[in-house]
Amino acid sequence: MAIIERPSTTAPAVLPTVPSAAFGALKRPVTVSSGWRSWLFTVDHKKLGIMYGAVAMFFFIVGGLEAVLIRLQLAAPDGKVLNADLYNQMFTMHATTMVFLFVMPMASAFANYFLPLQIGARDVAFPRINAFGFWAFLFGGIFINMSWFLGGAADGGWFMYAPNSGPIYSPSHGVDFWALGLQITGIASLTGAVNLIVTVLNMRAPGMSLMRMPIFTWMITVVQFLLLFAMPVITVALFLLMFQRNFDATFFDVAAGADPLLWQHLFWIFGHPEVYILILPSFGIISEVLPVFSRKPLFGYPFVVFSGAAIGFVGWGVWAHHMFASGLGPVSVAVFSVATMAIAVPTGVKVVNWTMTIWGGKLSFPVAMKFALGLVILFTIGGLSGVTHSVAPSDTQQTDTYYIVAHFHYVLFGGAIFGLFSGFYYWWPKVFGKMLSERLGNWNFWLMVIGMNMTFAPMHILGLQGQPRRMYVWTEARAGEGFFNLGFWNLVASIGSLILAVGVLFFLINIFVTARKGKQAPADPWDARSLEWMTSNPPKEHNFDSIPTVGHLDEFFHRKYSESESGQLTQVKSGEEVILDLEKNADAHIHMPSPSYWPIVLALSLPVIAFGLIYSIPVAMVGGAIALLGCYGWALEPSTATDDEIDPPSSGQGKEMVHVG
Amino acid sequence: MAETATHEHAAHHTSTGLSNNKLGMWLFLGSECLLFGGLISTYMLYRGRVGTGPTPSQVFDIPFTSVSSFVLLMSSLTMVLAVSAAHNKDDRATTLWLTITALLGATFVGGQVYEFTAMYNEGLGFSTSLFASSFYTLTGFHGVHVTVGIIMLMSLVGILNKSKVPGSRAETVEMIGLYWHFVDVVWIVIFTLIYLIPV
Repeated sequence: MAIIERPSTTAPAVLPTVPSAAFGALKRPVTVSSGWRSWLFTVDHKKLGIMYGAVAMFFFIVGGLEAVLIRLQLAAPDGKVLNADLYNQMFTMHATTMVFLFVMPMASAFANYFLPLQIGARDVAFPRINAFGFWAFLFGGIFINMSWFLGGAADGGWFMYAPNSGPIYSPSHGVDFWALGLQITGIASLTGAVNLIVTVLNMRAPGMSLMRMPIFTWMITVVQFLLLFAMPVITVALFLLMFQRNFDATFFDVAAGADPLLWQHLFWIFGHPEVYILILPSFGIISEVLPVFSRKPLFGYPFVVFSGAAIGFVGWGVWAHHMFASGLGPVSVAVFSVATMAIAVPTGVKVVNWTMTIWGGKLSFPVAMKFALGLVILFTIGGLSGVTHSVAPSDTQQTDTYYIVAHFHYVLFGGAIFGLFSGFYYWWPKVFGKMLSERLGNWNFWLMVIGMNMTFAPMHILGLQGQPRRMYVWTEARAGEGFFNLGFWNLVASIGSLILAVGVLFFLINIFVTARKGKQAPADPWDARSLEWMTSNPPKEHNFDSIPTVGHLDEFFHRKYSESESGQLTQVKSGEEVILDLEKNADAHIHMPSPSYWPIVLALSLPVIAFGLIYSIPVAMVGGAIALLGCYGWALEPSTATDDEIDPPSSGQGKEMVHVG
Repeated sequence: MAETATHEHAAHHTSTGLSNNKLGMWLFLGSECLLFGGLISTYMLYRGRVGTGPTPSQVFDIPFTSVSSFVLLMSSLTMVLAVSAAHNKDDRATTLWLTITALLGATFVGGQVYEFTAMYNEGLGFSTSLFASSFYTLTGFHGVHVTVGIIMLMSLVGILNKSKVPGSRAETVEMIGLYWHFVDVVWIVIFTLIYLIPV
């Protein structure tokens, strides 16, 4: 139990660092501010956010290296870098890592860290479930990647079409590790979704109505609803696949009369909402960044909110456009074709709104803004090639060619990942209290832009010329002549991917340099607009000294500026002064949730169960026992720490306490 | 689990006025709908595909399953009585009704085990046909849900007796009640689709 006593001019009392409870004897760990305990047992949404980010960044590097290996193999005819089997594993794991272990958890990192801050809350609704979600994601990610060392990774493509992913064509345990590992990260996503939706609905600061919420919070909320309903569908598909592979079920056994489209439908009913799960957080991030660096409010805030929600809804009705080549029949194809064209409308609305936000603004171009503008342009290119897929006859030609690869890398790399990088530069001072270097950041940005366009733009040409996806080698004899020579464009793409890798390396160098000698960030470095900036950098453990009452969209901005009678914008307070005002009215007692042993214990049981399902059922039963133990420990531990663990209050008895969790 | 870790004041501090725990449970159940939706769709796709194995009408014992379904539905009634007793702070009655609910649930699961054994003996193995795989998977998932519910009910009885429920007791009982009713409602759908609609 961390009780922060105020008012007090000194820093919060130093908390005891010796655990006063025996490990796990149904007491809660003592709150410590540093050391491994402070990370392992933490339920603090900010620490969990940082851990999500660090682990996701690690997987980004892993997935990036896999991509570079793919490009090295294809750089020249008759590539010898990878053999066919390893190549299959490489592209499968590249996609799996990037989708499930980088973009989704990195969005979770931002959501965890900033969503409570943006709505003026001190933590999420279920802090322990939040911790459980992180550990489940970490263990699931490690579990999937362990297959590399245990007989080979999954090799069926990230969509893992059955029956192709059955034991005949994928005899190694790779697909089993993949299916069970994704179940584990799926549990993490599901718990996260429940947690964040309840947080948004229930824990807003006074006056923070839904239509005053920052747009990032809105987009994250839409994403959580998508996760809530998409995750169980992939769960079913993964269970069916596991039963098929491990218990001889017949779901995908075509000889027994199975429908080979069953997997495709289940996968894409999940898979298409997943696309929006990947992109909407980045839309949210740049909708925060663009107004700040244009010094204008977001143009048409309600339109951006509702178009985000519309994308969320329509996203459920377009899954079969991934299956145009599978013989669905003309009616289905027509319906899904039209729905796919329709979903371009709310997406277009967003692009228009961003453009109008910049229009006539007082623009400045720090790296965060550059990445945001990069998203608007590159995503639009990817969006336009996406619309060409909605035309079914054309799509049947493009299916399984590099044209598709070009399209989804423009929307995912140029869209989702550029948005995340924009978020890194924008929020780094908030999280770590130091400014990322702009000089290194510019190198980072321009190399990524050049590398990304060199890698993926030629793929349009390659694809339209008919180079198939997932082809592990190509020969000079069939490469063609002149401008459309496949060899030339493959080489360009491969060089581009190396430039891209160097660009990302500059980001890592930037992190390192900033950590060592970065300059201290001022309280309000960007003259920002939303609530997360209305506290110190980095925020205190309890986020806000007193919970602000919200009267406007862009509350922080409205506290800093007012309009004179002639309509002129005048600054009435600096950001520091606004923060000081909040500190002056600090709450006397702030209860923060206590750390807990059980989230990590419960999460650890999941890979044990999964191992057991692959190798030996008794091990799975041990895992089940750990899970049961974890549940009991979780349910029985006191909801707050026991009295002997609470620091005695120094003053002010009987005041209203703020409860969290 | 987490839903029991509630503050007594939690309900007074939320923006919507609903308790975090209840809202969370509703969202979770919404997600569960899609889980069963996927399983039911798979069954509906495959229910006529029996291959060389037994057909549904050969293995189903509809009167028997109707009785066990009735038992499960009655357990929803006793669950309601448990929640009502918990709201009246009547610990004895709460414990009693929770125990009866768990017993009725256990009767249903026992009936399912008996039914599965009988079908297996009639030649319907898990991998006999598409119908068999999807039938066992769908009803098996439901059975596991009921079993988890029974474990939660019995745990709750044990904790109630030791007076160790953190947070609001009535809400904890109500939360498990929500889950229990959901599992019952799903069974109504499954029973109708599997047993009552002829292939």
